[in-house]
Amino acid sequence: MSDNTTDTTETPAQKAKPRWGRILAWIALFALLIVVMLVLLQKQQGPVAIGQKAPTFTLTTFDGQEIDPTDMAGKVVLVNFWASWCKPCEQEAADLESVWRFYQPRGDVLFLGIAWTDTEKASLEYIDKFDITYPNGPDLGTSISQSYRTTGVPETYVIDKNGNLAALKLSPFTSQAEIKAAIDPLLGP
Amino acid sequence: MINKKFLFSIGLTLLYGLFLASVVSAQQPTPSDDQVNAIAKQLYCPVCENIPLDVCPTTACAQWRELIRQKLSEGWTEQQIKDYFVQQYGDRVLGTPPAKGINWLVYLVPPIAILAGAFILFRAIRAWRRPIQGENLASTPDDNPADTDPAQDEYIHRMEEEVRKR
Repeated sequence: MSDNTTDTTETPAQKAKPRWGRILAWIALFALLIVVMLVLLQKQQGPVAIGQKAPTFTLTTFDGQEIDPTDMAGKVVLVNFWASWCKPCEQEAADLESVWRFYQPRGDVLFLGIAWTDTEKASLEYIDKFDITYPNGPDLGTSISQSYRTTGVPETYVIDKNGNLAALKLSPFTSQAEIKAAIDPLLGP
Repeated sequence: MINKKFLFSIGLTLLYGLFLASVVSAQQPTPSDDQVNAIAKQLYCPVCENIPLDVCPTTACAQWRELIRQKLSEGWTEQQIKDYFVQQYGDRVLGTPPAKGINWLVYLVPPIAILAGAFILFRAIRAWRRPIQGENLASTPDDNPADTDPAQDEYIHRMEEEVRKR
């Protein structure tokens, strides 16, 4: 009788074992759900919002020039994401170049073209085709587009002299006047 | 004399021709579509997610396939080409993510989940079997609950005392 009694009764240490296992399993499951939630939240975030600090980056242009945040400081910066295979990008290419040539003598406006998921050969052909003279470079590792959370091309971000995002356009500009309208309010008298 | 010079120049031209031919034959032949697609099917362009590069119909993917062909003709290995694409366009071009950082979850979670599921199933089956064994034992006529439960033993003992008194 006494043997049966000892068999069926568990010591507290024996009882604690499966509890720890369960706690660890729940913690692991909870951590996994948090990771999944964070990834989903990050993916569902739209582009950088107007008024927010624009992400900083260093662009290595196709001709090897490095443009870093110090080159952009104190300037109105227009960042245009494009690709040679993108037909809507061609609609705005000539207008962007014309507006760049209009502002370039001022010295306080900088245009940057970022070729997104493009091959270098095709990008250079595109630059040549539209006679683009403002700095252009590849988005190496798609790191710049990821920091801006772009959703495709063309996308254009206009950054004010304080480094804040002042305007964004998630489709091609339709006229030079539209591009100037995004830049002019950010320039001093 | 003229004949000798003429023969010498012909010989020199032939030697130069042979040299050129050997240089040309040393270059890689134009890679076939199969060779290109063998690498392309392991890559995904960010423009058309979830479609491997070998079957993606967009211009962007066609350009990427041409780039693979160009790199193959320059003698690049498969790994070198994949590394180049990762450097240019990021990790997400790869069909299988590299085992680093948060990507480890992709490799660790499924086997851990399978093992945990097997363990839970094993415990559940064991728990289901226990009451059946208990019921069988309880239904045997020789079994006396007082043998196993001291509280019941005491209770039965008191009942027997009461019956005897009457």
